[in-house]
Amino acid sequence: MYTRSIAVLLVCWVCFAAAELSHDLEPSLGKPAPTDFESVVAPDGTGLPVGEGSVTGGKTLYATHCVACHGSEGTQPGNSLAGGRGTLNSTRPLKTVGSYWPYATTLFDYVNRAMPYGNEKSLSENEVYAITAYVLYLNDIIPADTRLTNHNLAAVVMPNRDGFRSAPDYQPVGGSLPNSEK
Amino acid sequence: MTESPSAGNGLLNRRRLLQMGSAVGVGAILSPVAAEEPWLRRPGAPSSDYGQPSHRAHLVRERVNAHPFGPAAGSSSTPLQSLNGTITPNSLHFERHHSGIPDIDPARHTLTIFGMVDRPLTFNYEALLRYPMQSRILFLECSGNSYQNTFPAAADMTAGELNGLISCAEWTGVPLHYLLEETGIQPASKWVIAEGADASSNNRSVPLSLATEEAMVAIYQNGEPLRGAQGYPMRLLVPGCEGNLSIKWLRSLKLMDQPAHTREETSKYTDLMADGIAQQFSLRMEVKSIITTPSGKMKLQEKGVYEISGLAWSGNGEIRTVEVSADGGNSWAEAEIQSGTGRLQPVRFRIPWRWNGQPATLQSRAIDTAGNTQPTREQALKGQSPLVAYHYNGIQSWQVEHTGRITNVYA
Repeated sequence: MYTRSIAVLLVCWVCFAAAELSHDLEPSLGKPAPTDFESVVAPDGTGLPVGEGSVTGGKTLYATHCVACHGSEGTQPGNSLAGGRGTLNSTRPLKTVGSYWPYATTLFDYVNRAMPYGNEKSLSENEVYAITAYVLYLNDIIPADTRLTNHNLAAVVMPNRDGFRSAPDYQPVGGSLPNSEK
Repeated sequence: MTESPSAGNGLLNRRRLLQMGSAVGVGAILSPVAAEEPWLRRPGAPSSDYGQPSHRAHLVRERVNAHPFGPAAGSSSTPLQSLNGTITPNSLHFERHHSGIPDIDPARHTLTIFGMVDRPLTFNYEALLRYPMQSRILFLECSGNSYQNTFPAAADMTAGELNGLISCAEWTGVPLHYLLEETGIQPASKWVIAEGADASSNNRSVPLSLATEEAMVAIYQNGEPLRGAQGYPMRLLVPGCEGNLSIKWLRSLKLMDQPAHTREETSKYTDLMADGIAQQFSLRMEVKSIITTPSGKMKLQEKGVYEISGLAWSGNGEIRTVEVSADGGNSWAEAEIQSGTGRLQPVRFRIPWRWNGQPATLQSRAIDTAGNTQPTREQALKGQSPLVAYHYNGIQSWQVEHTGRITNVYA
Protein backbone atom coordinates (compact mmCIF):
# COMPACT_ATOMS: atom_id res chain seq x y z
CA MET A 1 0.00 0.00 0.00
CA TYR A 2 2.73 2.37 0.97
CA THR A 3 4.71 1.42 -2.13
CA ARG A 4 1.70 2.05 -4.33
CA SER A 5 1.20 5.49 -2.83
CA ILE A 6 4.77 6.34 -3.53
CA ALA A 7 4.32 5.17 -7.09
CA VAL A 8 1.18 7.27 -7.54
CA LEU A 9 2.95 10.27 -6.08
CA LEU A 10 5.88 9.68 -8.37
CA VAL A 11 3.64 9.45 -11.45
CA CYS A 12 1.88 12.66 -10.45
CA TRP A 13 5.18 14.41 -9.95
CA VAL A 14 6.42 13.25 -13.37
CA CYS A 15 3.20 14.45 -15.03
CA PHE A 16 3.41 17.76 -13.25
CA ALA A 17 7.06 18.17 -14.14
CA ALA A 18 6.37 17.35 -17.79
CA ALA A 19 3.55 19.88 -17.92
CA GLU A 20 5.77 22.51 -16.34
CA LEU A 21 8.56 21.68 -18.76
CA SER A 22 6.26 21.89 -21.76
CA HIS A 23 4.89 25.20 -20.54
CA ASP A 24 8.34 26.58 -19.96
CA LEU A 25 9.55 25.65 -23.42
CA GLU A 26 6.76 27.37 -25.30
CA PRO A 27 7.04 31.13 -25.37
CA SER A 28 3.27 31.74 -25.91
CA LEU A 29 3.70 34.62 -28.33
CA GLY A 30 0.37 34.41 -30.17
CA LYS A 31 -1.67 37.61 -30.19
CA PRO A 32 -5.49 37.66 -30.23
CA ALA A 33 -6.62 37.15 -33.82
CA PRO A 34 -8.97 39.60 -35.55
CA THR A 35 -12.53 38.56 -34.77
CA ASP A 36 -13.67 38.99 -38.37
CA PHE A 37 -10.94 36.78 -39.83
CA GLU A 38 -12.39 34.39 -42.40
CA SER A 39 -10.68 32.20 -44.91
CA VAL A 40 -12.86 29.49 -46.41
CA VAL A 41 -16.38 28.59 -47.44
CA ALA A 42 -17.47 25.11 -46.36
CA PRO A 43 -20.20 22.87 -47.81
CA ASP A 44 -22.66 23.80 -45.04
CA GLY A 45 -22.31 27.47 -46.01
CA THR A 46 -20.01 28.38 -43.15
CA GLY A 47 -17.84 31.30 -44.22
CA LEU A 48 -20.16 32.61 -46.96
CA PRO A 49 -20.21 36.40 -46.96
CA VAL A 50 -23.53 38.23 -47.07
CA GLY A 51 -24.36 38.91 -50.70
CA GLU A 52 -26.24 37.89 -53.80
CA GLY A 53 -25.90 37.63 -57.55
CA SER A 54 -28.02 36.63 -60.52
CA VAL A 55 -27.41 34.38 -63.50
CA THR A 56 -28.00 37.31 -65.86
CA GLY A 57 -25.57 39.51 -63.98
CA GLY A 58 -23.10 36.66 -63.97
CA LYS A 59 -23.34 36.28 -67.73
CA THR A 60 -22.06 39.83 -68.23
CA LEU A 61 -19.28 39.41 -65.68
CA TYR A 62 -18.29 36.06 -67.17
CA ALA A 63 -17.90 37.65 -70.60
CA THR A 64 -15.50 40.17 -69.10
CA HIS A 65 -13.47 38.10 -66.66
CA CYS A 66 -13.73 34.41 -67.58
CA VAL A 67 -14.37 33.87 -71.26
CA ALA A 68 -10.76 34.25 -72.40
CA CYS A 69 -9.65 31.07 -70.63
CA HIS A 70 -12.90 29.12 -70.29
CA GLY A 71 -14.74 29.85 -73.55
CA SER A 72 -18.16 31.41 -74.03
CA GLU A 73 -20.00 28.24 -72.98
CA GLY A 74 -17.44 27.12 -70.41
CA THR A 75 -16.26 24.31 -72.65
CA GLN A 76 -12.73 25.47 -73.53
CA PRO A 77 -10.65 22.26 -73.80
CA GLY A 78 -8.23 21.96 -70.90
CA ASN A 79 -10.18 24.49 -68.87
CA SER A 80 -13.70 23.11 -69.07
CA LEU A 81 -16.26 24.33 -66.57
CA ALA A 82 -19.32 22.76 -68.17
CA GLY A 83 -20.35 19.56 -69.91
CA GLY A 84 -19.12 16.02 -69.34
CA ARG A 85 -22.17 14.78 -67.47
CA GLY A 86 -22.35 10.99 -67.63
CA THR A 87 -18.76 10.56 -68.78
CA LEU A 88 -17.08 9.73 -65.45
CA ASN A 89 -17.33 5.95 -65.90
CA SER A 90 -16.39 6.09 -69.58
CA THR A 91 -12.98 5.73 -71.19
CA ARG A 92 -12.87 9.50 -71.74
CA PRO A 93 -14.10 11.10 -68.53
CA LEU A 94 -14.53 14.88 -68.61
CA LYS A 95 -14.32 16.41 -65.16
CA THR A 96 -16.13 19.77 -64.92
CA VAL A 97 -18.01 21.74 -62.28
CA GLY A 98 -21.20 20.10 -63.50
CA SER A 99 -19.96 16.55 -64.00
CA TYR A 100 -17.57 16.23 -61.07
CA TRP A 101 -17.60 18.90 -58.35
CA PRO A 102 -19.59 17.68 -55.33
CA TYR A 103 -20.39 21.07 -53.74
CA ALA A 104 -21.45 24.45 -55.14
CA THR A 105 -19.76 26.15 -52.17
CA THR A 106 -16.41 25.02 -53.57
CA LEU A 107 -17.08 26.98 -56.74
CA PHE A 108 -17.76 30.15 -54.75
CA ASP A 109 -14.72 29.59 -52.54
CA TYR A 110 -12.40 29.04 -55.49
CA VAL A 111 -13.60 31.94 -57.63
CA ASN A 112 -13.50 34.19 -54.58
CA ARG A 113 -9.88 33.35 -53.74
CA ALA A 114 -8.20 32.47 -57.01
CA MET A 115 -10.07 33.96 -59.96
CA PRO A 116 -9.77 35.61 -62.35
CA TYR A 117 -6.26 34.33 -62.95
CA GLY A 118 -3.90 37.31 -63.09
CA ASN A 119 -6.27 39.61 -61.22
CA GLU A 120 -7.16 37.54 -58.19
CA LYS A 121 -9.50 38.94 -55.53
CA SER A 122 -10.59 41.81 -57.79
CA LEU A 123 -14.24 40.73 -57.80
CA SER A 124 -16.73 41.95 -55.20
CA GLU A 125 -18.61 39.37 -53.18
CA ASN A 126 -21.80 40.05 -55.13
CA GLU A 127 -19.88 39.55 -58.36
CA VAL A 128 -18.59 36.19 -57.11
CA TYR A 129 -22.18 35.13 -56.33
CA ALA A 130 -23.21 36.16 -59.85
CA ILE A 131 -20.38 34.33 -61.61
CA THR A 132 -21.02 31.26 -59.46
CA ALA A 133 -24.67 31.42 -60.50
CA TYR A 134 -23.80 31.70 -64.18
CA VAL A 135 -21.39 28.72 -64.11
CA LEU A 136 -24.04 26.63 -62.35
CA TYR A 137 -26.54 27.76 -64.99
CA LEU A 138 -24.13 26.75 -67.79
CA ASN A 139 -24.25 23.28 -66.26
CA ASP A 140 -28.08 23.19 -66.12
CA ILE A 141 -27.95 23.00 -62.33
CA ILE A 142 -29.99 26.14 -61.62
CA PRO A 143 -32.54 27.95 -63.84
CA ALA A 144 -31.84 31.25 -65.59
CA ASP A 145 -33.89 33.34 -63.15
CA THR A 146 -32.01 32.23 -60.04
CA ARG A 147 -30.63 34.75 -57.56
CA LEU A 148 -27.87 33.07 -55.59
CA THR A 149 -27.38 34.30 -52.02
CA ASN A 150 -25.59 33.37 -48.84
CA HIS A 151 -28.86 31.74 -47.79
CA ASN A 152 -29.45 29.41 -50.73
CA LEU A 153 -26.01 28.60 -52.19
CA ALA A 154 -25.22 25.76 -49.79
CA ALA A 155 -28.55 24.10 -50.63
CA VAL A 156 -27.72 23.72 -54.33
CA VAL A 157 -27.45 19.97 -54.99
CA MET A 158 -24.64 19.16 -57.39
CA PRO A 159 -25.13 16.27 -59.83
CA ASN A 160 -22.06 14.37 -58.58
CA ARG A 161 -22.75 15.03 -54.88
CA ASP A 162 -22.53 11.33 -54.06
CA GLY A 163 -19.70 10.55 -56.47
CA PHE A 164 -16.92 10.53 -53.88
CA ARG A 165 -15.76 8.17 -51.20
CA SER A 166 -13.08 9.00 -48.70
CA ALA A 167 -9.92 7.08 -48.06
CA PRO A 168 -10.60 4.91 -44.99
CA ASP A 169 -8.29 6.83 -42.68
CA TYR A 170 -9.85 10.23 -43.26
CA GLN A 171 -13.64 10.00 -43.23
CA PRO A 172 -15.19 13.44 -43.03
CA VAL A 173 -17.85 13.89 -40.40
CA GLY A 174 -21.17 13.53 -42.21
CA GLY A 175 -24.79 14.22 -41.47
CA SER A 176 -24.74 17.96 -40.91
CA LEU A 177 -24.78 19.06 -44.51
CA PRO A 178 -27.95 20.73 -45.76
CA ASN A 179 -27.95 18.78 -49.02
CA SER A 180 -26.98 15.40 -47.66
CA GLU A 181 -30.57 14.15 -47.28
CA LYS A 182 -30.78 13.69 -51.03
CA MET B 1 38.40 -14.50 -59.80
CA THR B 2 34.80 -15.36 -60.47
CA GLU B 3 31.94 -12.92 -60.11
CA SER B 4 29.18 -13.65 -57.67
CA PRO B 5 25.79 -13.12 -59.28
CA SER B 6 22.93 -12.03 -57.04
CA ALA B 7 20.18 -12.25 -59.68
CA GLY B 8 19.76 -12.78 -63.41
CA ASN B 9 21.26 -10.84 -66.30
CA GLY B 10 24.32 -9.53 -64.52
CA LEU B 11 23.25 -8.33 -61.07
CA LEU B 12 26.20 -8.80 -58.72
CA ASN B 13 27.02 -9.07 -55.08
CA ARG B 14 28.36 -5.76 -53.83
CA ARG B 15 31.23 -7.16 -51.80
CA ARG B 16 32.56 -8.98 -54.83
CA LEU B 17 32.48 -5.81 -56.87
CA LEU B 18 34.80 -4.08 -54.45
CA GLN B 19 37.25 -6.96 -54.67
CA MET B 20 37.10 -6.96 -58.45
CA GLY B 21 37.69 -3.24 -58.52
CA SER B 22 41.07 -3.65 -56.89
CA ALA B 23 42.00 -6.38 -59.34
CA VAL B 24 40.92 -4.81 -62.61
CA GLY B 25 41.79 -1.21 -61.75
CA VAL B 26 45.36 -1.64 -62.94
CA GLY B 27 44.19 -2.40 -66.46
CA ALA B 28 43.18 1.15 -67.31
CA ILE B 29 45.76 3.90 -67.54
CA LEU B 30 44.62 7.52 -67.34
CA SER B 31 46.92 10.28 -68.43
CA PRO B 32 47.91 12.54 -65.53
CA VAL B 33 46.54 16.08 -65.64
CA ALA B 34 48.80 18.09 -67.90
CA ALA B 35 50.60 21.00 -66.25
CA GLU B 36 49.39 23.43 -68.89
CA GLU B 37 45.77 23.17 -67.71
CA PRO B 38 44.81 26.79 -66.85
CA TRP B 39 43.45 25.93 -63.40
CA LEU B 40 46.92 24.70 -62.44
CA ARG B 41 48.59 27.97 -63.43
CA ARG B 42 46.35 30.90 -62.43
CA PRO B 43 44.21 31.80 -59.39
CA GLY B 44 40.58 30.86 -59.67
CA ALA B 45 37.50 32.94 -58.87
CA PRO B 46 37.29 34.76 -55.53
CA SER B 47 34.84 33.83 -52.78
CA SER B 48 31.24 34.89 -53.29
CA ASP B 49 28.28 36.06 -51.25
CA TYR B 50 26.19 33.11 -52.22
CA GLY B 51 27.62 30.06 -53.97
CA GLN B 52 26.61 28.64 -57.29
CA PRO B 53 27.02 25.12 -58.63
CA SER B 54 29.90 24.50 -61.01
CA HIS B 55 28.89 25.74 -64.42
CA ARG B 56 30.33 22.49 -65.74
CA ALA B 57 27.83 20.38 -63.80
CA HIS B 58 24.87 21.33 -66.03
CA LEU B 59 22.31 21.14 -63.29
CA VAL B 60 18.90 22.29 -64.44
CA ARG B 61 15.37 21.52 -63.41
CA GLU B 62 13.39 19.63 -65.96
CA ARG B 63 9.97 19.81 -67.51
CA VAL B 64 9.60 23.41 -66.53
CA ASN B 65 5.94 23.46 -67.47
CA ALA B 66 3.77 26.51 -67.69
CA HIS B 67 0.03 26.07 -67.71
CA PRO B 68 -1.22 26.95 -71.20
CA PHE B 69 -3.45 29.64 -69.71
CA GLY B 70 -0.95 31.13 -67.27
CA PRO B 71 2.83 30.88 -67.07
CA ALA B 72 2.91 31.32 -63.29
CA ALA B 73 0.72 28.26 -62.79
CA GLY B 74 3.10 25.45 -63.56
CA SER B 75 5.73 23.06 -62.30
CA SER B 76 9.33 22.01 -62.62
CA SER B 77 10.95 18.75 -61.59
CA THR B 78 14.15 17.64 -59.92
CA PRO B 79 16.79 16.20 -62.32
CA LEU B 80 17.05 12.93 -60.40
CA GLN B 81 19.53 11.39 -62.83
CA SER B 82 22.05 14.19 -62.18
CA LEU B 83 22.02 13.84 -58.38
CA ASN B 84 23.21 11.30 -55.85
CA GLY B 85 22.66 10.73 -52.16
CA THR B 86 19.22 11.64 -50.85
CA ILE B 87 19.15 15.41 -50.22
CA THR B 88 17.89 17.64 -53.03
CA PRO B 89 19.78 20.93 -53.36
CA ASN B 90 17.40 23.78 -52.65
CA SER B 91 17.84 25.20 -56.13
CA LEU B 92 16.67 21.92 -57.64
CA HIS B 93 13.70 21.09 -55.39
CA PHE B 94 10.64 20.46 -57.53
CA GLU B 95 8.14 23.29 -57.81
CA ARG B 96 4.41 23.48 -58.33
CA HIS B 97 2.72 26.83 -58.14
CA HIS B 98 -0.88 27.81 -58.78
CA SER B 99 -0.30 31.51 -59.19
CA GLY B 100 3.43 32.01 -59.19
CA ILE B 101 5.95 32.63 -56.43
CA PRO B 102 4.85 35.52 -54.22
CA ASP B 103 7.45 38.01 -52.95
CA ILE B 104 6.37 38.15 -49.30
CA ASP B 105 7.84 40.56 -46.77
CA PRO B 106 8.09 38.48 -43.58
CA ALA B 107 7.56 41.62 -41.48
CA ARG B 108 4.09 41.91 -43.06
CA HIS B 109 3.19 38.23 -42.97
CA THR B 110 1.28 36.53 -40.17
CA LEU B 111 -0.13 33.10 -39.39
CA THR B 112 -3.64 33.12 -37.89
CA ILE B 113 -5.13 30.06 -36.19
CA PHE B 114 -8.88 30.32 -35.64
CA GLY B 115 -12.18 28.46 -35.92
CA MET B 116 -12.90 25.75 -33.35
CA VAL B 117 -10.19 26.83 -30.95
CA ASP B 118 -10.39 28.28 -27.45
CA ARG B 119 -8.20 31.29 -28.24
CA PRO B 120 -7.88 32.46 -31.88
CA LEU B 121 -4.29 33.66 -32.22
CA THR B 122 -2.06 35.37 -34.73
CA PHE B 123 1.69 34.73 -34.88
CA ASN B 124 4.24 36.80 -36.71
CA TYR B 125 7.49 35.54 -38.21
CA GLU B 126 9.75 36.85 -35.47
CA ALA B 127 7.57 35.20 -32.84
CA LEU B 128 7.70 31.81 -34.56
CA LEU B 129 11.50 31.96 -34.61
CA ARG B 130 11.45 31.81 -30.80
CA TYR B 131 9.49 28.53 -30.59
CA PRO B 132 11.15 25.16 -30.06
CA MET B 133 12.05 23.78 -33.47
CA GLN B 134 12.50 20.36 -34.97
CA SER B 135 14.69 19.25 -37.90
CA ARG B 136 13.71 16.26 -39.99
CA ILE B 137 14.93 14.80 -43.27
CA LEU B 138 11.74 14.14 -45.24
CA PHE B 139 10.68 13.44 -48.77
CA LEU B 140 8.06 15.62 -50.41
CA GLU B 141 6.27 14.19 -53.44
CA CYS B 142 3.64 15.75 -55.65
CA SER B 143 0.55 13.61 -55.99
CA GLY B 144 0.93 13.94 -59.76
CA ASN B 145 4.49 12.60 -59.83
CA SER B 146 5.12 10.03 -62.60
CA TYR B 147 1.75 10.76 -64.19
CA GLN B 148 3.19 10.26 -67.67
CA ASN B 149 3.61 6.58 -66.85
CA THR B 150 -0.16 6.24 -66.55
CA PHE B 151 -0.53 7.17 -70.22
CA PRO B 152 -1.11 4.43 -72.83
CA ALA B 153 2.32 4.84 -74.49
CA ALA B 154 5.61 5.04 -72.58
CA ALA B 155 7.21 8.48 -73.01
CA ASP B 156 10.92 8.61 -73.85
CA MET B 157 12.05 10.79 -70.97
CA THR B 158 14.72 11.06 -68.30
CA ALA B 159 14.20 9.89 -64.72
CA GLY B 160 13.69 13.50 -63.66
CA GLU B 161 11.29 14.38 -66.45
CA LEU B 162 9.18 11.35 -65.59
CA ASN B 163 9.54 11.12 -61.83
CA GLY B 164 11.14 14.35 -60.62
CA LEU B 165 8.18 15.71 -58.67
CA ILE B 166 9.87 14.13 -55.63
CA SER B 167 12.51 15.91 -53.60
CA CYS B 168 14.04 15.61 -50.18
CA ALA B 169 15.27 18.19 -47.71
CA GLU B 170 16.10 18.64 -44.08
CA TRP B 171 13.15 20.74 -42.98
CA THR B 172 13.32 22.77 -39.78
CA GLY B 173 10.35 24.40 -38.17
CA VAL B 174 7.90 24.65 -35.30
CA PRO B 175 5.90 21.48 -34.61
CA LEU B 176 2.33 22.55 -35.22
CA HIS B 177 1.08 20.97 -32.01
CA TYR B 178 2.91 23.66 -30.00
CA LEU B 179 0.81 26.35 -31.65
CA LEU B 180 -2.40 24.33 -31.40
CA GLU B 181 -1.79 23.76 -27.69
CA GLU B 182 -1.55 27.52 -27.32
CA THR B 183 -4.85 28.16 -29.12
CA GLY B 184 -6.53 25.15 -27.57
CA ILE B 185 -8.48 22.67 -29.69
CA GLN B 186 -12.22 22.39 -29.19
CA PRO B 187 -13.50 18.80 -28.95
CA ALA B 188 -15.67 19.01 -32.09
CA SER B 189 -12.69 20.01 -34.22
CA LYS B 190 -11.68 17.31 -36.71
CA TRP B 191 -10.05 19.13 -39.65
CA VAL B 192 -7.64 22.00 -40.15
CA ILE B 193 -8.11 24.12 -43.27
CA ALA B 194 -4.75 25.57 -44.33
CA GLU B 195 -4.49 28.57 -46.63
CA GLY B 196 -1.52 30.13 -48.41
CA ALA B 197 -0.74 33.80 -48.99
CA ASP B 198 -0.06 33.53 -52.72
CA ALA B 199 -2.46 35.07 -55.23
CA SER B 200 -4.34 31.76 -55.56
CA SER B 201 -4.68 31.53 -51.76
CA ASN B 202 -4.33 27.79 -52.23
CA ASN B 203 -6.21 25.89 -49.53
CA ARG B 204 -6.49 22.31 -48.30
CA SER B 205 -8.21 20.43 -45.50
CA VAL B 206 -5.82 18.49 -43.26
CA PRO B 207 -7.17 15.86 -40.86
CA LEU B 208 -6.57 17.06 -37.30
CA SER B 209 -4.73 13.85 -36.49
CA LEU B 210 -2.11 14.62 -39.15
CA ALA B 211 -1.88 18.24 -38.03
CA THR B 212 -1.20 17.37 -34.40
CA GLU B 213 1.01 14.30 -34.86
CA GLU B 214 3.73 15.23 -37.32
CA ALA B 215 2.96 18.48 -39.13
CA MET B 216 5.24 21.46 -38.71
CA VAL B 217 5.36 25.08 -39.74
CA ALA B 218 8.60 24.85 -41.70
CA ILE B 219 10.87 27.88 -41.76
CA TYR B 220 14.21 26.45 -42.91
CA GLN B 221 15.09 24.13 -45.78
CA ASN B 222 18.50 22.42 -45.78
CA GLY B 223 19.71 24.93 -43.23
CA GLU B 224 18.71 28.18 -44.91
CA PRO B 225 15.43 30.09 -44.82
CA LEU B 226 12.86 28.58 -47.17
CA ARG B 227 13.27 29.44 -50.81
CA GLY B 228 10.52 31.63 -52.20
CA ALA B 229 9.39 28.75 -54.37
CA GLN B 230 9.04 26.58 -51.26
CA GLY B 231 6.94 28.97 -49.23
CA TYR B 232 9.11 31.72 -47.76
CA PRO B 233 8.68 32.84 -45.05
CA MET B 234 6.79 29.77 -43.80
CA ARG B 235 4.98 26.72 -45.08
CA LEU B 236 2.95 23.91 -43.68
CA LEU B 237 4.70 20.56 -43.92
CA VAL B 238 2.62 17.39 -43.55
CA PRO B 239 5.22 14.60 -43.70
CA GLY B 240 4.53 11.58 -45.89
CA CYS B 241 1.49 13.13 -47.54
CA GLU B 242 0.85 14.45 -51.04
CA GLY B 243 2.78 17.67 -51.57
CA ASN B 244 -0.29 19.79 -52.24
CA LEU B 245 -1.30 19.34 -48.58
CA SER B 246 1.85 21.15 -47.40
CA ILE B 247 0.48 24.62 -48.11
CA LYS B 248 3.22 27.11 -48.98
CA TRP B 249 3.28 30.74 -47.78
CA LEU B 250 1.09 29.56 -44.89
CA ARG B 251 -1.24 32.34 -43.74
CA SER B 252 -4.08 30.73 -41.82
CA LEU B 253 -5.31 27.53 -40.22
CA LYS B 254 -9.02 27.19 -39.52
CA LEU B 255 -10.14 24.33 -37.27
CA MET B 256 -13.47 22.86 -38.33
CA ASP B 257 -15.67 19.81 -37.71
CA GLN B 258 -15.67 19.01 -41.44
CA PRO B 259 -13.33 19.30 -44.40
CA ALA B 260 -13.91 22.36 -46.57
CA HIS B 261 -13.93 20.26 -49.77
CA THR B 262 -11.77 22.86 -51.47
CA ARG B 263 -11.21 22.84 -55.21
CA GLU B 264 -7.82 21.16 -54.73
CA GLU B 265 -9.34 18.22 -52.81
CA THR B 266 -12.41 17.71 -55.03
CA SER B 267 -11.82 18.83 -58.60
CA LYS B 268 -8.11 17.98 -58.35
CA TYR B 269 -6.04 15.40 -56.46
CA THR B 270 -8.91 12.89 -56.29
CA ASP B 271 -8.67 9.45 -57.83
CA LEU B 272 -11.46 8.72 -60.28
CA MET B 273 -12.06 4.99 -60.58
CA ALA B 274 -13.33 3.13 -63.65
CA ASP B 275 -16.82 2.86 -62.12
CA GLY B 276 -17.13 6.66 -62.04
CA ILE B 277 -16.69 7.00 -58.27
CA ALA B 278 -13.73 9.07 -57.07
CA GLN B 279 -11.63 8.38 -54.02
CA GLN B 280 -10.99 11.50 -51.96
CA PHE B 281 -8.37 12.26 -49.30
CA SER B 282 -5.86 9.65 -50.50
CA LEU B 283 -3.32 11.66 -48.58
CA ARG B 284 -0.43 9.32 -47.79
CA MET B 285 2.02 8.74 -50.62
CA GLU B 286 2.49 5.02 -51.07
CA VAL B 287 5.74 3.04 -51.24
CA LYS B 288 7.79 3.80 -54.36
CA SER B 289 11.28 3.57 -55.83
CA ILE B 290 13.01 4.84 -58.95
CA ILE B 291 16.33 3.78 -60.47
CA THR B 292 18.01 7.11 -61.18
CA THR B 293 21.14 5.69 -62.82
CA PRO B 294 21.39 4.16 -65.32
CA SER B 295 18.11 5.67 -66.47
CA GLY B 296 16.11 7.12 -69.31
CA LYS B 297 17.93 8.81 -72.22
CA MET B 298 21.35 7.84 -70.87
CA LYS B 299 23.67 5.74 -73.02
CA LEU B 300 26.03 3.08 -71.71
CA GLN B 301 29.27 3.51 -73.62
CA GLU B 302 30.70 0.02 -73.18
CA LYS B 303 30.12 -3.36 -71.64
CA GLY B 304 31.23 -3.76 -68.07
CA VAL B 305 30.32 -3.14 -64.47
CA TYR B 306 27.98 -0.30 -63.55
CA GLU B 307 26.36 0.66 -60.29
CA ILE B 308 22.57 0.68 -60.40
CA SER B 309 21.39 3.32 -57.96
CA GLY B 310 18.18 5.03 -57.05
CA LEU B 311 15.79 6.46 -54.48
CA ALA B 312 13.04 4.80 -52.46
CA TRP B 313 10.51 6.25 -50.04
CA SER B 314 7.15 5.57 -48.42
CA GLY B 315 4.53 7.73 -46.76
CA ASN B 316 3.72 4.79 -44.51
CA GLY B 317 6.99 4.78 -42.59
CA GLU B 318 10.47 3.59 -43.49
CA ILE B 319 11.87 1.64 -46.41
CA ARG B 320 12.72 -1.89 -45.31
CA THR B 321 14.03 -3.41 -48.54
CA VAL B 322 14.69 -2.44 -52.14
CA GLU B 323 15.02 -5.16 -54.74
CA VAL B 324 16.43 -4.72 -58.23
CA SER B 325 15.87 -6.76 -61.38
CA ALA B 326 17.87 -6.65 -64.61
CA ASP B 327 15.67 -9.13 -66.46
CA GLY B 328 12.28 -7.44 -66.39
CA GLY B 329 11.20 -8.86 -63.05
CA ASN B 330 12.06 -12.53 -63.60
CA SER B 331 14.63 -12.46 -60.81
CA TRP B 332 15.36 -9.96 -58.07
CA ALA B 333 18.35 -9.14 -55.87
CA GLU B 334 18.34 -7.09 -52.71
CA ALA B 335 20.11 -3.77 -53.11
CA GLU B 336 22.24 -2.18 -50.44
CA ILE B 337 20.71 0.72 -48.55
CA GLN B 338 23.55 2.99 -47.45
CA SER B 339 21.88 6.14 -46.25
CA GLY B 340 20.38 6.36 -42.82
CA THR B 341 16.82 5.22 -42.61
CA GLY B 342 14.26 7.14 -40.67
CA ARG B 343 10.54 7.64 -40.64
CA LEU B 344 9.41 9.25 -43.93
CA GLN B 345 13.02 9.67 -44.98
CA PRO B 346 13.99 8.54 -48.49
CA VAL B 347 16.86 6.10 -48.93
CA ARG B 348 19.54 5.70 -51.56
CA PHE B 349 19.92 2.14 -52.81
CA ARG B 350 22.80 0.65 -54.81
CA ILE B 351 23.72 -2.64 -56.44
CA PRO B 352 26.48 -3.53 -58.93
CA TRP B 353 25.57 -4.87 -62.35
CA ARG B 354 27.61 -6.21 -65.22
CA TRP B 355 26.17 -5.25 -68.58
CA ASN B 356 26.99 -7.86 -71.17
CA GLY B 357 25.97 -5.73 -74.14
CA GLN B 358 22.62 -7.46 -74.54
CA PRO B 359 19.19 -5.89 -73.96
CA ALA B 360 18.23 -5.64 -70.31
CA THR B 361 15.21 -4.33 -68.44
CA LEU B 362 16.11 -2.62 -65.16
CA GLN B 363 13.51 -2.32 -62.42
CA SER B 364 13.39 -1.61 -58.71
CA ARG B 365 10.69 -2.35 -56.18
CA ALA B 366 10.57 -1.10 -52.62
CA ILE B 367 8.99 -2.67 -49.56
CA ASP B 368 8.17 -0.49 -46.55
CA THR B 369 8.08 -1.21 -42.84
CA ALA B 370 4.28 -1.33 -42.98
CA GLY B 371 4.65 -4.36 -45.26
CA ASN B 372 3.55 -2.66 -48.49
CA THR B 373 5.31 -3.75 -51.68
CA GLN B 374 5.54 -1.35 -54.61
CA PRO B 375 3.09 -2.60 -57.27
CA THR B 376 3.70 -3.27 -60.93
CA ARG B 377 2.31 -0.71 -63.35
CA GLU B 378 -0.57 -3.04 -64.12
CA GLN B 379 -1.39 -3.50 -60.45
CA ALA B 380 -1.13 0.24 -59.75
CA LEU B 381 -3.58 1.15 -62.51
CA LYS B 382 -6.08 -1.62 -61.77
CA GLY B 383 -9.61 -0.29 -61.33
CA GLN B 384 -8.65 3.30 -62.11
CA SER B 385 -10.28 5.47 -64.70
CA PRO B 386 -8.15 6.20 -67.77
CA LEU B 387 -6.62 9.67 -67.85
CA VAL B 388 -6.41 9.81 -64.07
CA ALA B 389 -2.87 10.45 -63.01
CA TYR B 390 -2.61 11.02 -59.28
CA HIS B 391 -0.87 8.83 -56.67
CA TYR B 392 0.81 6.57 -59.22
CA ASN B 393 3.53 4.40 -57.65
CA GLY B 394 4.02 1.59 -60.17
CA ILE B 395 7.42 0.02 -60.82
CA GLN B 396 9.55 2.07 -63.25
CA SER B 397 11.15 0.03 -66.05
CA TRP B 398 14.21 1.14 -68.02
CA GLN B 399 15.06 -0.76 -71.20
CA VAL B 400 18.77 -0.97 -72.07
CA GLU B 401 19.12 -1.56 -75.82
CA HIS B 402 22.08 -3.42 -77.29
CA THR B 403 23.42 -0.01 -78.34
CA GLY B 404 23.48 1.06 -74.71
CA ARG B 405 20.64 3.58 -75.18
CA ILE B 406 18.14 3.53 -72.31
CA THR B 407 14.44 4.21 -72.69
CA ASN B 408 11.33 4.24 -70.51
CA VAL B 409 9.22 1.15 -71.19
CA TYR B 410 6.18 -0.58 -69.77
CA ALA B 411 7.30 -4.08 -68.78
